[in-house]
Amino acid sequence: MNKRTFLKNAASVFLAPLAGRLLAAPAAGKSRFLLVFLRGGYDAANVLIPVTNGFYDESRPNIALARESVLPLTSEWGLHPALGETVHRLYQNAQAAFIPFAGTEDLSRSHFETQDSIEIGQAAEGARNFQSGFLSRLVSVLGAGEAALRPRAMAFTDQLPLALRGEAQVANMGLKFVGKPAVDARQSELVAAMYRGTALAAQVNEGFAMRDDLMRDMMAEMEGAGRNAVSARGFELEARRMAKLMKEQFNVGFVDVGGWDTHVGEGGAVGFLATRLEELGRGLAAFADEQGSAWQDTVVVVISEFGRTFRENGNRGTDHGHGTVFWVLGGGIRGGRIAGDQVPVRQETLFQNRDYAVLNEYRGVLGGIFARMYGLEEAQLERVFPGAKPRDFALV
Amino acid sequence: MEVGTAKESHPVRAVNRACGPFFLLLVASCAGGPGDAPSSRGEDLLLLNRVTWGANPSSARDLARTGPARYLEAQLQPAQEAALPPEAQAQVDAMTITQRPVDELAKELESRRKGVELLRNDDEKKAAQQAYQQELTRLGREAAARTLIRALYSPWQLREQMTWFWMNHFNVFQYKANLRVLVADYEERAIRPHALGRFRDLLGATARHPAMLIYLDNAQNAANRINENYARELMELHTLGVDGGYTQRDVQELARILTGFSVNIDRETPNIRPAMRSQYLREGLFEFVPGRHDYGDKLLLGRTIRGRGAAEVDEALDLLARHPSTARFICRKLALFLVSDDPSEALVEQLAASFRSNDGDIAAVLRELFASPEFRASLGTKFKDPVHYVVSAVRLAYDDKAILNAGPMINWLGRMGEPLYARPTPDGFALTRTEWASAGQMATRFEIARTLGYGAAGLFRAEGPQPAERPAFPQLANALYYESMHKTLAEPTRQTLDKATSPQEWNMLLLASPEFMYR
Repeated sequence: MNKRTFLKNAASVFLAPLAGRLLAAPAAGKSRFLLVFLRGGYDAANVLIPVTNGFYDESRPNIALARESVLPLTSEWGLHPALGETVHRLYQNAQAAFIPFAGTEDLSRSHFETQDSIEIGQAAEGARNFQSGFLSRLVSVLGAGEAALRPRAMAFTDQLPLALRGEAQVANMGLKFVGKPAVDARQSELVAAMYRGTALAAQVNEGFAMRDDLMRDMMAEMEGAGRNAVSARGFELEARRMAKLMKEQFNVGFVDVGGWDTHVGEGGAVGFLATRLEELGRGLAAFADEQGSAWQDTVVVVISEFGRTFRENGNRGTDHGHGTVFWVLGGGIRGGRIAGDQVPVRQETLFQNRDYAVLNEYRGVLGGIFARMYGLEEAQLERVFPGAKPRDFALV
Repeated sequence: MEVGTAKESHPVRAVNRACGPFFLLLVASCAGGPGDAPSSRGEDLLLLNRVTWGANPSSARDLARTGPARYLEAQLQPAQEAALPPEAQAQVDAMTITQRPVDELAKELESRRKGVELLRNDDEKKAAQQAYQQELTRLGREAAARTLIRALYSPWQLREQMTWFWMNHFNVFQYKANLRVLVADYEERAIRPHALGRFRDLLGATARHPAMLIYLDNAQNAANRINENYARELMELHTLGVDGGYTQRDVQELARILTGFSVNIDRETPNIRPAMRSQYLREGLFEFVPGRHDYGDKLLLGRTIRGRGAAEVDEALDLLARHPSTARFICRKLALFLVSDDPSEALVEQLAASFRSNDGDIAAVLRELFASPEFRASLGTKFKDPVHYVVSAVRLAYDDKAILNAGPMINWLGRMGEPLYARPTPDGFALTRTEWASAGQMATRFEIARTLGYGAAGLFRAEGPQPAERPAFPQLANALYYESMHKTLAEPTRQTLDKATSPQEWNMLLLASPEFMYR
């Protein structure tokens, strides 16, 4: 019996009716997966920078990064300097890779439409079910076997994202504000009793259980004993909390980070986008750090709904575009490279003479990663991403 | 796991079904017939919970006095100014946003901002910067407090609900630039006067309000320096809906039409060629700058819009407001807010037809909605989003006794993820249960139920130099509870309430009960 089982049993004195939930061990060994969704469509072309020709500079007279500030990756690509201490370091240790020309077939250029279509992960044509997200289906597939081996998923968000909605019961809890609960065990039991047999029973029970789990892991931090707990702020603080929870309890996670819709004054080596990137990078590096040895078995994929126009707009910003760049991070990945299909960045290769093309469709990319991580078979992948063909970039 | 729908298992429904035919009769007289049938208290409660921000003893008295049909009709035609309880009104009257015009406030803050940038001493600059930000935040919180006070005490509850609905529909994010100084005016002048009026007026007022023009970057949209942001959301989120039949080309054309629609807080009137001077517009902080406008012809949704200045925007908004996609999109959203998470296509079509034949008259659409069997059948089954949850709890707990501090409510809304004026993205908050009934949401909601149930929770501690706290205790076991609410509770809830070991715990359990989660 490990610590978690023990605590569950101890807690069951009060939480007997909540005991429907079983202890989970990862279905596919120790693998952990975190999806980081950059909402708003981050300007990928100013993060993974095409350094080979002048077209980039011509297209972005005010916001192009000077060559000397760009961190070298390959002969064709460089990285935004705000990621120097964090993601660039991971890249140098082969723990980070980038997949340019990634994205969806959705051409609406709408944030909301495209985010939703990514999160449900279903084929663009035909009837779509907006109550079934692809991460939820992944959890179902991984948990199809023994109940005790079911993976545990959690959204580190105030609201349950579409990606994790569906038949698998998934909890959510935003980690920005974590405080000591005032509803005690007896009261929790009384509340749960009112919900027994109602449509909300599962959520209510899961909510109390989640709160208790969270408290256990957060106690150290709240008592001020946690490493880096005082200095960490913003996304870094959230990321450290996520890492603790994923190290101990969860093997599929989701978080979103907003603020990437840079229509106006996005800046270059410094400025608005640089500040956002710096915070994101610090959070991701902190996540890796806090996971300790578990980082070796963890894969983090950073995505966004679309890229932005390759040319800057009239306001030193960029408008909604198409292809973007996905990031793949993890202690055990085969990183340190730019993966997937690529074309030279020139005016002729732009999609609709405006955006990066999509050569690496997100369902194929993620399907390929899941196939390798969990050894999924074709039929299982078909359930996660119906009709998609997995792409194998041998990253995992 | 979505275990069935609320309809299948919700106890409130049982009451409604039992009284169904009776209630039908009541609403049938809605169209203005003099014969208001008497109503049952259980029905009143359900109706109040949907039409108001939450039933409380005083609204139940109002409804009992006039009967539901007259009550609804009056709600659809509110008096211009809400008569708030004197203590509540006094708080609104004392606010800076009430006492000073927005253009003056915005100008003053803009000059402070520029003053900060001129400072050379780093410490002074930091302090001045902080003071500037604090003042912006204070003004934003005043606006939020005003909204909450009106939601709690205004007799015109439907208007206050619809004000929130349209603020959410035409969402702006107050933490962008200086929007915290503008949101109060945006709500007061662009949204609230039209909340039950014509959709076209809402559209026109938002399109000329600096809050919207800054939020969606149209203030920067100029000929040859196009910014598509507002144009896209105007069609996708404000009018047609994403499947409403427009293309990327339409977005670009509408962006051209919108060029020159801008904001002028403290700049001099720009130099304009004499021939163009008559084109220049300045109304409050709104400015149309001919020199930034693209005067070419445009093709929007198949119609040629002749390039001629600001009038192009009016023509485009007319086109969008009267488009059949808009009628469907808006009416579906109204039904989502006031009927159910999954309104029938028939209802949406019926409302859309009314929307079209009444030229987007919102009250007319709502009158039709209230009279529909689907509305009646849905009462008591709509899951409360956090704003409904918090406001209905405080209304029930304190009735018309005016709170002295909305701060705790503002904080609870933040914790639950539905703060006022602070949805960063232009889509606004979702209106369905799946968004708000997740495990984490429920756990947080119970914490708030506990805070509210156990005492005044800071709601009666006035802010200011000498914060005075007035004694107050939530009165949830009130007349409304004994007259009607207890009848709507399912057996497990009653049994649980009986196990409470203190009035505080009883309050908490009532606010945490499944019945209180629905409206």
